[in-house]
Amino acid sequence: MTATETTLAQGLSRRGFLQRSASGFTAAIAITSTGALLNPSEAWALDVKGLKPETMKTLILVARDIYPHDKVPDRFYAIAMKGYDDKAAGNPEMKAQIEGFVAALDGAAGEGGYVGRPWEADRVAILKNQSADPMFETIRSGLVVSLYNQKEIWPIFGYEGESFSKGGYIERGFDDISWL
Amino acid sequence: MAAKFDQNDDSVVVIVGSGAGGGTLGNELAQKGVKVVVLEAGKRLDYSDFINDEWPSFTQLAWTDMRTTSGSWRVHKNFPNLPAWIVKTVGGTTTHWAGASLRFQEHEFKETSTYGHIPGANLLDWPITLADLEPYYAKAEDKMRVTRTGDRPGLPGSNNFKVFKAGADKLGYKECHTGRMAINSVPGDGRVACHQTGFCFQGCKWGAKWSTLYTEIPKGEATGNMEVRPESHVAQVEHDASGKVTGVTYFDADGKLQRQKARIVAIAGNSLESPRLLLNSASSKYPDGLANSSGQVGRNYMRHTTGSVYAIFEQPVHMYRGTTMAGIMRDEARNDPSRGFVGGYELETLSLGLPFMAAFLDPGAWGREFTSALDGYSNMAGMWIVGEDMPQETNRITLSDQKDKWGLPVADVHFDDHPNDIAMRNHAFGQGKAMYEAVGATRTFPTPPYPSTHNLGTNRMSASARDGVVNGHGQTHDIKNLFVSDGSQFTTGGAENPTLTIVTLAIRQADYIADQMKSNTI
Repeated sequence: MTATETTLAQGLSRRGFLQRSASGFTAAIAITSTGALLNPSEAWALDVKGLKPETMKTLILVARDIYPHDKVPDRFYAIAMKGYDDKAAGNPEMKAQIEGFVAALDGAAGEGGYVGRPWEADRVAILKNQSADPMFETIRSGLVVSLYNQKEIWPIFGYEGESFSKGGYIERGFDDISWL
Repeated sequence: MAAKFDQNDDSVVVIVGSGAGGGTLGNELAQKGVKVVVLEAGKRLDYSDFINDEWPSFTQLAWTDMRTTSGSWRVHKNFPNLPAWIVKTVGGTTTHWAGASLRFQEHEFKETSTYGHIPGANLLDWPITLADLEPYYAKAEDKMRVTRTGDRPGLPGSNNFKVFKAGADKLGYKECHTGRMAINSVPGDGRVACHQTGFCFQGCKWGAKWSTLYTEIPKGEATGNMEVRPESHVAQVEHDASGKVTGVTYFDADGKLQRQKARIVAIAGNSLESPRLLLNSASSKYPDGLANSSGQVGRNYMRHTTGSVYAIFEQPVHMYRGTTMAGIMRDEARNDPSRGFVGGYELETLSLGLPFMAAFLDPGAWGREFTSALDGYSNMAGMWIVGEDMPQETNRITLSDQKDKWGLPVADVHFDDHPNDIAMRNHAFGQGKAMYEAVGATRTFPTPPYPSTHNLGTNRMSASARDGVVNGHGQTHDIKNLFVSDGSQFTTGGAENPTLTIVTLAIRQADYIADQMKSNTI
């Protein structure tokens, strides 16, 4: 069995859970020897250059816990948070702020850190306690744009986006409601 | 062809701003043979440049130059440097507006007699009446091709409208339709009819919605009497020893300070920038700013009592398909103090795309209570509240201690709700919720006011020079050849979306200015 197949098998075996647990998240995103994040089941990898890979992994889970959408795969949260790695790479002060924020989350979470806490409700309680930290609001307010502004997630929500090139909705269901 | 005037030509009328007020005034004057230079801070786009994508469009259109805020309004907390969601391009906020075009009601011009004394409110009667404006309202409606006026049909009803209308019917409301909209319901004026594309806030890529960008401005330019200078940020209005204004200074696209002389200056930079400009033009003769002998410049800032109600249903709605504002319910627009407040409000359907819904549904919120609402996006319907807010002297534009890139103090916007505003908003939230629940909503949300699009009242009209900044023609009480031509003239805000009234006042003002020039009074 290759590593990918193993992770896939673990992914399949998780299907019985009603709520996704952090141990599942921990398994789903691996950290490679070169310091990249690898999510074989979603078939994506993310090079981490400015932050510790563990920090980037935690930020992805933090993003999901702030704006949890069960139908949205991890990769969109990863894309939404990738900017912090880029910023940290060129900005030691920024890097220290982010690492400090994640260290505080890990400290509050205890052994195993933030990603080691299995239940969303517990992690959200930790986030709530840290929400006075300006870094939390920076992350949340950035995420509300960087997550929902990804066109690829719009179909998950039933939003069709740009319509001018298709002639608008005049012939495409602007008045098609049938249940009233 | 568009004119090109010399900067030392002191026979021109300089208009600051090219939106509903400035763009209209410019064309109206040019049609009468008056020479006009329109200075616009923003760039010039073509409507084919508009973007059907909320954040990129916001970057393209919005006025995002620094502003500061203070006061107890929630916008100060959530959007401290974005008090207003208005536009910085040629055409101004007429590129962004939804198109609702409702006349003021008669009593909204005389509120001190209608509402009586309201503690904390700086109410004042307008120096003009509905009768004064009626012929000009008709001209404005024709110019803007407003639906359900003249012989123009209404727009067809979208899904969002149908849900709204069904709710209104269930509650027994009588006046609910697809609105009086400055959107072509049939082709006309060289523009196509609406294709129900959505993205009205992002600029109409069809040109079906009226905007000065592709109506008034090219028409004015075609007379040979009008020049529009984009990327010209006016810094100060200048005056001579007698106190008359002589022209303006402005920063051009390269950041160089330029001067344009003028016979008359008309300011139409909206209710944030217009008072800022008057205050930034303070001199030894006018130490409190131009036209400010009353002390009212910048005061009585109004933004309409707004808010939204969104609701989720068991079945799909797809509210984003079709015009952004697809219907209007007017039964609550009357003045009926038995509801616990004076004045009234309109309910108007509204939709936002997913990116803006996430940003504005409950700014700052996170977690499952919030995200489960967005999960219901395709089954969501929405409406916006537009009600009269009370003018208060302490709600005002002042000069901030922060400066813009040219070193000019920026506008600080201070706002607190009046108790009447809060009572009205709560009533409207309740009625909106009831409308949606009457047709099966499983969850409804009260959404707080967005950054303001209706910015009014900061250079208000008054009969007496003691009480306001301009007279019934928008002419400043203090300086005969200085005019205000935007929504900052509004003495009170009314319950109606302001653009139609801004355009109406601009048409009427053009008649007045041309007459005064002809008779050499100015």
